[in-house]
Amino acid sequence: MKRNLILAGVGGQGLLALAAVIGEAARSLDMHVLQAEVHGMAQRGGVVQSHLRYSDQPIHSALVREGTANLVLSLEPMEALRYMPMLASDGALVANAVSFKNIPDYPEDEVIEKEILLFPNHRLVNAVDLAKTAGALQAANMVMLGAGAPFLNLPLEALRSGIRTVFAGKPEAMIETNLRAFELGYEASEAEA
Amino acid sequence: MATRLLLGNESLAQGAIDAGLSGAYAYPGTPSTEITAYILRSHQAAMGDIRCAWTANEKTALEAALGMSYGGKRAMASMKHVGLNVAADVFINSAISGSHGGLIINVADDPSMHSSQNEQDSRVYLDLAMMPCIEPADQQEAYHAPAIAFALSEKYRIPVMIRLTTRLCHSRATVTTGDARERNDFSLPEDPKRFILLPALARKSYAKLLDRQADFIRESETGPFTRYFEGPDCSTGIMACGTAYHYVREIVGEDCPHPILKIGQYPLPQALIERMMSECDRILVFEDGYPVLEGKLRGMPLRENPVIHGRLSGHLPRTGELNPRHVASAFGIETPVPNAASSVPTSRPPALCPGCPHGDTCNTLNAVLKSGDAIGKLFSDIGCYTLSAMPPYESVDTCVEMGASITMAKGASQAGLHPSVALIGDSTFTHSGMPGLLDCVNEDANVTIVIVDNLTIAMTGGQKSSANNRLADICVGLGVDPDHIRIITPLPNKHDENVAVLQQEIAHTGPSVVIAVRECIQTARRSRSKGGSS
Repeated sequence: MKRNLILAGVGGQGLLALAAVIGEAARSLDMHVLQAEVHGMAQRGGVVQSHLRYSDQPIHSALVREGTANLVLSLEPMEALRYMPMLASDGALVANAVSFKNIPDYPEDEVIEKEILLFPNHRLVNAVDLAKTAGALQAANMVMLGAGAPFLNLPLEALRSGIRTVFAGKPEAMIETNLRAFELGYEASEAEA
Repeated sequence: MATRLLLGNESLAQGAIDAGLSGAYAYPGTPSTEITAYILRSHQAAMGDIRCAWTANEKTALEAALGMSYGGKRAMASMKHVGLNVAADVFINSAISGSHGGLIINVADDPSMHSSQNEQDSRVYLDLAMMPCIEPADQQEAYHAPAIAFALSEKYRIPVMIRLTTRLCHSRATVTTGDARERNDFSLPEDPKRFILLPALARKSYAKLLDRQADFIRESETGPFTRYFEGPDCSTGIMACGTAYHYVREIVGEDCPHPILKIGQYPLPQALIERMMSECDRILVFEDGYPVLEGKLRGMPLRENPVIHGRLSGHLPRTGELNPRHVASAFGIETPVPNAASSVPTSRPPALCPGCPHGDTCNTLNAVLKSGDAIGKLFSDIGCYTLSAMPPYESVDTCVEMGASITMAKGASQAGLHPSVALIGDSTFTHSGMPGLLDCVNEDANVTIVIVDNLTIAMTGGQKSSANNRLADICVGLGVDPDHIRIITPLPNKHDENVAVLQQEIAHTGPSVVIAVRECIQTARRSRSKGGSS
């Protein structure tokens, strides 16, 4: 079993925590894990992405090769479309429906949504509404973790443990909120299937 | 033994701690920052067993590490590639003086310029300094690299560079860590005169350094990160340095028919290179950064047998970091892309955060320098405020290297420019702006220097600034007239009075300093949330 993921978003959306949970879940199952992150300048409200690969066999490149990603999981709808060439022919596109507009020439929301809906294997989830329902807007990244979970080939329980590990030391209420957000994202994603 | 998911930088830091590190010094710079940040967070640093600090700049970091090495302890300095330019003097001369306790210089290159103004390859510096270098290929090797480098350093009493690239620094992998070694006791060099680089003594040390080169090459040939993989098909031989080795494996797999020379230590492993050159018709060279190895192999006039292919021959792009598609292409393997790029996304460059104090300062600067008939130029520096080069601000006119704002403004004013204004952050000012301000004072240069003091090193994530809220005192100490050191608060409701202050100081003939003080909103937010009930 080998998975190539592209995780996408905008600096400040909690992409690294999302990547850390998936990486930790795969590591806890004794898989080989490689995850490339973006630090530094780009985190200032710019494009951020993470390449995450895990496998039961040794893997080498930290970067995913174009055309081989099993999943593009994006915290922002326009950012999801940025990585179309990375997707394998049977890959999945999972995106937050709520846009993050910090640039003057952001495209029309309808144009973005139409493009995502054109892709055969897609899930579009309102992570902001679900994060609010879970108890905190900041948990939108965990909503999207849940939304992407059907395509990760990892047991849901390993992902829940991953959340507990990554947020270890944080207040229990915050961890519970993140776990709720994860479940809500998963349910919403499966309802779209 | 424990398995953890670590960044290359974190893995190297843990490896250094486990290898008996006593001192770690650095100026933050992407992609090197997390090495020192990790050590600062460590139990050993908290207990005082490891001295770890952010220093004023890379030169002071490496000098402190050399001093700790003089005291017999294992020490290291970490920096980004352009930081090595700042530390180049001590870097090159420390190879001649030699070290005592193990001394490592971690240098993180940034091919593709993800967060840098160039993609210079630090391996080029090895030809100047003639010191050994370890280049780990992955996170596990990054963990072992400090132990290997410290041992090599203490065997030959020579500093050792560890060369990293962004992709290794900022990628996580499962890493198995080992047991910790004891830290060295304090001891002084047995032959202390080698640290006195007066010409007569330096000539002897230099001759010794040259004598050692053959030993260093032998160490590279037998080093743990160097390996010759046999292969029956010698029509092509593959040489891969550092992380490039793994891109090659990703494409050719474990059963590659061609011989592969994996290179992880410098000076280059000569005997192994000569073997592959004599056995193969063509050499395909993979290295992230400059075509350092390829250039040496091609020679002048251009070698025809074996033929050398890589970045210089066009088989790989000349610039930018390697990726699996580039490497596949060099082997003649296509990368099919079933889904075409979408035309919908627009570019989303990094920008100043909403509410950033630099935004207010730039509005003030624009009001004075860019409105009406004003022809003032704003010489900027390295930091978040450089992002104001882009819309909506478009404030700064230059950004070259750390500290250049003040001295370029001075030179331009002496060429006839007025207003000539410098924009520099608090930590960049203490990194290398202070000597330039002294030049301005000594020459009574007609410049206005705006120091944006957000009380932290913001761009790299909020490290402690060496300025430490003493900027006005420093400027007085350097000789600026206290009447022309003005402190403003960059807030929208202070805009008009800040414009007036800036206009007054530009009108003043001679050097003046305007210090705009307001905390970075990122660090302010973090300290607020720490102080909260949760």
